Amino acid sequence: MDLFVLLAIQVLYAVASLALISVGLAIIFGMMRVINLAHGEFLMLGGYAAIVATSHGISIWISMLIVAPIVVGVIGIVVERTIIRFLYGRMIDTMLATWGLSLFLVGLTTAIFGNTTVGISAPLGSIEIGAYRTSAYTLFVIGISVVVLGTIFAGLRWTRLGLIARGTMQNANMAAALGVNPPRVYAITFGIGAALSGLAGAVLAPVSGVFPTIGVAYIAKAFITVIGGGAAILSGTVSAAVLFGTINQIATFVTTPVFGEVALLGAAVILIRVLPQGITGRFFRRSL
Amino acid sequence: MSGRNLNLLGLVLVGVVGLIFMFFTPHFADLDTVLELTVYMIMAILALSLALVWGYGGILCFGQSAFFGLGAYTYAIAMFNMGESTLPVVLAVILPAAFAALLGYFMFYGRISDVYLGVITLTVTLILFNSVNSTAGPEFHIGAARLGGFNGIPGIPPLNWPFNKGAAVDLEGMFYLSTGSLLLTYFGLRLLLASQFGRIIVGIRENERRAELLGYDPRAYKLATFTIGGALAGFAGCLFANWGAFVSPTIFGLAQSAQIIIWVIVGGRGTLIGPVIGCIGIQWLSAALGANQPSGGSDLWSKIFANAPLILGVILIAFVLLVPRGLVPTAADVAAFVLRGRRRREQRGLEPQQAE
Repeated sequence: MDLFVLLAIQVLYAVASLALISVGLAIIFGMMRVINLAHGEFLMLGGYAAIVATSHGISIWISMLIVAPIVVGVIGIVVERTIIRFLYGRMIDTMLATWGLSLFLVGLTTAIFGNTTVGISAPLGSIEIGAYRTSAYTLFVIGISVVVLGTIFAGLRWTRLGLIARGTMQNANMAAALGVNPPRVYAITFGIGAALSGLAGAVLAPVSGVFPTIGVAYIAKAFITVIGGGAAILSGTVSAAVLFGTINQIATFVTTPVFGEVALLGAAVILIRVLPQGITGRFFRRSL
Repeated sequence: MSGRNLNLLGLVLVGVVGLIFMFFTPHFADLDTVLELTVYMIMAILALSLALVWGYGGILCFGQSAFFGLGAYTYAIAMFNMGESTLPVVLAVILPAAFAALLGYFMFYGRISDVYLGVITLTVTLILFNSVNSTAGPEFHIGAARLGGFNGIPGIPPLNWPFNKGAAVDLEGMFYLSTGSLLLTYFGLRLLLASQFGRIIVGIRENERRAELLGYDPRAYKLATFTIGGALAGFAGCLFANWGAFVSPTIFGLAQSAQIIIWVIVGGRGTLIGPVIGCIGIQWLSAALGANQPSGGSDLWSKIFANAPLILGVILIAFVLLVPRGLVPTAADVAAFVLRGRRRREQRGLEPQQAE
């Protein structure tokens, strides 16, 4: 029983962290059809922002939940203004340019911070489940992803900005005719997506540590979650995260973490083959 | 001069320069340079494989390094088990080709769009990287060959002449072999692209639906292109394993994949000579900047300049934004513009320029 609870928590954690690292990418991809291959590096920058802020004496919660998203969000807006905006509608070229950006950011952080892993210890200590112990931070990560996803849902569904964003996403020309300025919406959307990536990177930094090439570990997982999810930003990300997270964690539990990753990637390849439009291309089609 | 003659002249020029380079370099350059040039030639074959698949076939493969790595590992493992290089070389071409065929069947017959195709090839490369990286223990071995995980496989036996175990190919021999293979690959691909098959794959790249309505099956043609690309990359991997007598999982890595794509972008999609030039140029640049020393210098500037990802990233962004068609097509445009101007002055009719 205790083992079952522990496994359930771990599966939930895998799902939550997958959703958390993917949601920034999902917003950028779902809204703007831009595949941001520098997404992993945005996560990495979020981690560094949190660690640097913490080491300057700012409370870990503030640096994780406020400083990191702001820093990475600003970087995101700068990137959108200087690179991405010239490439709208050229999907392959955006992929290549953001890949270049990803290499650039890896090189830059290596030059500044060096090629070593830095970390901060996870706050909150541990909790006991029967004979087992697990980190309370795990529960915090699950909680924060629920809050983040809920906020995005509320923002898109009930606020004016969300309405404008959804309208621009459906038909940019029509939105422009009604007085919306699509380039501004794109810049803000990209900034919000980047900020969420920064938040995710910062929240996961105490778990995995941060090093310049950590983005690679995130990017593939984030990608296949978004692609596997399909067109709908939230329900797609959540359903794909549930599917892949469960497969990953159960395969990890039965064999090794490496095989868990391989099972996740393999499952994704098969899913894309079976449902080329992603999960929401077939199910929950009218959802957000 | 008409476009056809220009094309022929280009071919002859490449052949002559290539042969001169091949036969004279070892006599004038020291062994160090020859060794360095050998790896450029090997990588140029790899660049050509993506030039075919992406530049002509229109298939954006983010995982060309998967086939390269697979070729290298196949050669290494087969060599340790057989000790004689004829069969390992054949296997190092066939196995990646078979893998490419399998993956290609899965993707093209599933009618996956090109962006998703990029993501799948990327994912497959990462699966290979992760799997091979975790095989460090002694329990992971294939026959007599230990996989070595992240440590790689050192001390791979060198190539020998076919069916003659005693006659190992020396360093100069490797140079001749690599350069010769590059020239053969180049001319072979030119021949392939001039054939009906080549015309059809370019037609499919331009408009898949139209080609299909004309009665060609794009899936089969793409699959064939992808498989040929896989075989070429595998062969380059085999030569690479030979050159350094060492393979490690990093050749499956994203950095390697990025490099191949950068070579093709810089040189130009839709040309063959472009990616070769791009490949040699970028590698020369990396070496000149000292980017291959991972530690770099001590002060910030040398850290920035001796930093391969940073420089490559800037180059990639700059080319996508400023020279999206690559060096060679842009240069050809400029040349055509100049030629056309002169022709107009000579009061002659305009002829359409044939793109390479």
